[in-house]
Amino acid sequence: MKCRVCREPAIIDIRRHNANFCSEHFLRLCRDQTAKAIHDFDMLHPDERVLVAVSGGKDSLAVWDILLDLGYEADGLYLGLGIGEYSDESGRYARAYAASRGRTLIEIDLPTDYGYDIPSGARAAKRVPCSACGLSKRHLFDRAAIDGGYDVVVTGHNLDDEAAVLFGNVLRWQTDYLGRQLPVLPARHGFPRKVKPLVRLGEREMAAYCVVKGIDYIVEECPMAAGNKHLGYKDALNSVEVTSPGSKHDFYFGFLARASALFRPEAEGEQAGLAPCISCGAPTTSEECAFCRLVERAGGQLPAGMGPVPVEIGARFGSGAGRGEAVS
Amino acid sequence: MVAMKVLLRNPRREVDVPGPLQVSTLLQRLEVNRESVLVIRGDTIVPSDTWLADSDDIEIRPVISGGAFDVASPVR
Repeated sequence: MKCRVCREPAIIDIRRHNANFCSEHFLRLCRDQTAKAIHDFDMLHPDERVLVAVSGGKDSLAVWDILLDLGYEADGLYLGLGIGEYSDESGRYARAYAASRGRTLIEIDLPTDYGYDIPSGARAAKRVPCSACGLSKRHLFDRAAIDGGYDVVVTGHNLDDEAAVLFGNVLRWQTDYLGRQLPVLPARHGFPRKVKPLVRLGEREMAAYCVVKGIDYIVEECPMAAGNKHLGYKDALNSVEVTSPGSKHDFYFGFLARASALFRPEAEGEQAGLAPCISCGAPTTSEECAFCRLVERAGGQLPAGMGPVPVEIGARFGSGAGRGEAVS
Repeated sequence: MVAMKVLLRNPRREVDVPGPLQVSTLLQRLEVNRESVLVIRGDTIVPSDTWLADSDDIEIRPVISGGAFDVASPVR
């Protein structure tokens, strides 16, 4: 197999592109595809402060690495989930990468800072672990971005992630979720902007990127995720992809081009009922937000001194410009 | 019998597979979907048409993560 660009021996074949690449041109492909996603969806601007949600896995470390190579000012945020050795090892990879690039890694530890971990929190709140984990991540990434004055939160969601989420949402016609499934969630109603620069790259490419660049990451699967629906959707889509390369790309980008807008009014309508959480100030449709309820049920506590964050509902977030007086 | 050592994960285990054979054949024999793994020989990724020998140490590394959270779940 020869590299499509230079005809040197290839290291990877990407069937949806009907192309093979050597190490050098594969890395360039990853950077170019990320830059194209950033440009096409107007995700980031050169002068912005970027916070990358880092798990110690391949996707988040790869997106951090690519953004730094593209010249963005990007710090990392690692959330310790309290999932035993898995969390300990994940944290080590995140710290090692940050140190190797001389970048700031903000750390939040659920057991230490909030008094609960994902396994016990999920049991107490009667949620599946991935639900408690996702809820905690969404809330704490938003909070850290606001507190730290970051303009945007970057996540490592790739094409496979987005296609699998879309598949699940379509299976159940969750139209409110479909209206929000975008590569960019704009800053609004007290939420920071959130972007997914890896949507043009597959999961296999991100693992290959880390191997080629020598970025060590946690290879083992999260023990809480075993057997979850998301993995099942990915298996199903990969069964299609192996006989019809490009299917995942066409499914996701076809949705964005032809169907996404149809579902947005419903999703936007839900934002109208937002008000500050009575405990932490985060935007919520309830009196107390789902995260604070989870912490309470899990027997945890908000960090000392944490009260309602100064958020002006309805104002645009960004570099402190969207902040108003605390509403409590 | 000499055979290549193949490391598989989730769960982590090692199997012996007699060579020579191509990467694509190895994956078929182990019933692994090529879209869901990388094949690594030593420290280097190898594409599907690469011939593998009995003396090779091979890792079949899964690339599928199940914990991707949805940043866009509705606010509650």
